[in-house]
Amino acid sequence: MEPVRHVVGRALPLARADVDTDQIIPSHWLKRLGRTGYAAGLFEAWRRDPGFVMNDARYDGASILLAGANFGSGSSREHAVWALREAGFRAVIAPRFADIFKSNALANGLVPVELAEAIVTRLVDAVRADPATEIAVDVEQRLVTAPGLRAPFALDDHARSRLLAGLDDIAVTLLREADITAYEKKRPEWLPKVR
Amino acid sequence: MGSTLSQKVWERHVVRRAEGEPDLLYVDLHLVHEVTSPQAFEGLRLAKRPLRRPELTLATMDHNVPTNDAAPEEISARQIEAMAQNAREFGIRCFPMGDPDQGIVHVISPQLGLTQPGMTIVCGDSHTSTHGALGALAWGIGTSEIEHVLATQTIWQKRPGAMAVSVNGALPPECSAKDVILGIIARIGTAGGAGTVIEYRGSTIRALSLEGRMTICNMSIEAGARAGIVAPDEVTFAWLAGRPYAPKGPLWELALDEWRALPSDDDARFDREVTIDATTLRPYVTWGTNPAQSVTIDERVPSPDTFGADANREAAARALRYQELRPGTPVREIAVDAVFIGSCTNARLEDLRTASEVVRGRRVKPGLRALVVPGSMRVKADAEREGLDRIFREAGFEWRDAGCSMCLGMNPDVLRPGERCASTSNRNFEGRQGPGGRTHLVSPAVAAATAIAGHFALPSDL
Ligand code: SF4
Repeated sequence: MEPVRHVVGRALPLARADVDTDQIIPSHWLKRLGRTGYAAGLFEAWRRDPGFVMNDARYDGASILLAGANFGSGSSREHAVWALREAGFRAVIAPRFADIFKSNALANGLVPVELAEAIVTRLVDAVRADPATEIAVDVEQRLVTAPGLRAPFALDDHARSRLLAGLDDIAVTLLREADITAYEKKRPEWLPKVR
Repeated sequence: MGSTLSQKVWERHVVRRAEGEPDLLYVDLHLVHEVTSPQAFEGLRLAKRPLRRPELTLATMDHNVPTNDAAPEEISARQIEAMAQNAREFGIRCFPMGDPDQGIVHVISPQLGLTQPGMTIVCGDSHTSTHGALGALAWGIGTSEIEHVLATQTIWQKRPGAMAVSVNGALPPECSAKDVILGIIARIGTAGGAGTVIEYRGSTIRALSLEGRMTICNMSIEAGARAGIVAPDEVTFAWLAGRPYAPKGPLWELALDEWRALPSDDDARFDREVTIDATTLRPYVTWGTNPAQSVTIDERVPSPDTFGADANREAAARALRYQELRPGTPVREIAVDAVFIGSCTNARLEDLRTASEVVRGRRVKPGLRALVVPGSMRVKADAEREGLDRIFREAGFEWRDAGCSMCLGMNPDVLRPGERCASTSNRNFEGRQGPGGRTHLVSPAVAAATAIAGHFALPSDL
């Protein structure tokens, strides 16, 4: 994974709550075997509506998605994150994310930024008033800035350092080999083995 | 201060704990299916990493398989073959289509006795919470985490909060475990359990069968929780005893001692507690496009104006537009085009027995499409031994092989645009059962009665 320090760019004001991963990418896209080729499936059903915000050319090239609370709920499909990344998004700003979506985002360098509902609404209003509004997400400082707005956001130290360093999680864990082996020696004998 | 059940299971699996880091937890069982795993196996191959513990890994095929005699479409056949190939290459047990142990991942593992109290279980599927019904700590993960577990048998996790949902009292007639969980979600909302493991407690839960407890834990994710869990008790032990992978002889006794120590201590503290009076519950029907948007079958479709906050009002209005429903319509007057009895929520033997009792000697409303899809091939075989297949077939239901089928609109079973379905599954999202399809979540009894009546109905309405 590449390191992510800053995301600076224009934003797409989706502004809907409870956006589940079935909306982000419908299940028929999950028949594919790779990690690429999902951008065309992003919000596929909603994009059929010409009035859907993603079809508004003024927001083309946006790298930040502004969403409502409980973004990414439902299915664990990481394809939702792959589709967002592939469509050019590098950060999602929402009042709250579903847990699995958030881990998936962090594993792929898509920055999940949680800000209070009122602040997200201000950002949405600003972007609707002027689609060229630039928003900056600073991972290192844990700070979102936009014209007339500075909002710190919470991101635990571990998640932050993973984004900044772009580490391979498995390689990091394998450094703990001795701990894992020691744990395995203590596991109770009655635990099941699949054979 | 004492510990909760989920805290106890957590503490027993900490491989490493350090300041400023999440815990590194050991995974006792990793369940794998064909849809979310191929990219993870590919990652192992690219990095030339071995699979650490094949004997703690089990694979099946459920999401993308046809459940009738039709051949899978080509792209699905490739995914099915990739699962079989990955299982061979990495040496893990896999139940392919046609195997007597094949079925929905969350149905087969408990049924084999692989899911046991006090274990940690993960799977690349959000409804892994189902396994909590046996007192296991079980949660869904993404594909990057699948790869991590395959390579290390561990996972980094932040400690979740603990929430208690206590349900007390006798369930009214015609109410089931499904109505308990739909009632809980209606009350706490789709983010009500956010960041927590929900422990379901109270006399109603204790009185439920293990199947019923699985239905409840299954939908913990629909309440936004990381997982759901129920303390193991005599119901759990009786259900597990003698299953193929359950401990035997002296090991069973050892395990029992451990399991009896798992329930939350009396002085354990929960971050949040909610109490539900089961005697006030009624069968629920969802009207909207998230699982909290539900009313009881006796009510009417609500008006968006009755929702306080702007966001909720807008969401309700959107949902009604999508579902093509008018506020004020009595739920019993909503006609359906399809009925789906299946999924990891409600496709175990008990569910099929309940539904078959309702349809016995009756006929599905002409023109209505009705499917029964057992959760596993074992459930199917057991049901056939009891003659349930005949009851369903004679009533006009299709009787299928095991799989996720119409739960997710991925395999050949999909709703057509505009079709309305009464479904025993767990998600009523827009297009979940097929683009443009409309889903209403209900219990097996309501689904069965609805298939006969052609509109939402209780068995006692027939
Ligand atoms: S039955 Fe539905 S919810 Fe359950 S695992 Fe299959 S697709 Fe997921």
